[in-house]
Amino acid sequence: MIPTNYFIILSAVLFGLGVIAFVFKRNIITIFMSIELMLNAVNLAFVAFSQALGKLDGQVFVLFVIVVAAAEATVGLGIIILIARNRRSLNVERVDLLKL
Amino acid sequence: MSPQLAVFFVLAALSVLGAVSLIFQKHPIHSALSLIVVMVSLAGLYLLLGAEFVAAVQIIVYGGAIMVLFVFVIMLLNAGAEEHTNISKMAGVAGIPLTVALAGFIAAAIARSNETVQAAAQTGAVASTKGISNMLFKDFVYPFELTSFLILVAILGAIVLAQRENE
Repeated sequence: MIPTNYFIILSAVLFGLGVIAFVFKRNIITIFMSIELMLNAVNLAFVAFSQALGKLDGQVFVLFVIVVAAAEATVGLGIIILIARNRRSLNVERVDLLKL
Repeated sequence: MSPQLAVFFVLAALSVLGAVSLIFQKHPIHSALSLIVVMVSLAGLYLLLGAEFVAAVQIIVYGGAIMVLFVFVIMLLNAGAEEHTNISKMAGVAGIPLTVALAGFIAAAIARSNETVQAAAQTGAVASTKGISNMLFKDFVYPFELTSFLILVAILGAIVLAQRENE
């Protein structure tokens, strides 16, 4: 029997690493991947609490999070393709104007 | 140390190593492969928690569909190694203290919660796919229908965004 605290601490560590990647990476695709990492960390906390409380609500929430992440990845990657087409670069520092 | 705890530590170390590797890899395709390592080890942790349906969905949807989409876009755009400029060094000046502060807040919140969650008795019947589908189609049927609408909007949005304008 593994203590729930271990899972919560691992979830917090993964979330923190996701935040670090979000702040320090310069490639727009990698920044997007760090958002997915943070969503995964939160999912781990959901499943851990679901098991600890003996209720299935957490696992249903995880399914909804996964669906929303898939929709977000679709639209986000479409936006990334548009940015790459217009700016000829994937560096976020080159995306600093509101106009084209 | 029980075998379960040993498996937990192996999978936890693997996921943290994958996340660190995501940060330190220069090329986006290597970061994507590191993220797949994280997702597969998280699926193993879900199995350890007795959530076998969520583990399968994690592998199929995250490791399969979403990461294939990422790798596909990386190859489509021919993304190279990332470049660092002076502004990205400025991001480090502001980012390191803020990240340390965030980690401190999370650690304090975990340390302050003295009440450990009472672990429920392990019954295989609770964490079953049948129970999840019962909840999903009875208690959460309205959000479930809304997610299908969300996916429809996402498909339309992706088509409109990626479409080339005809002259």
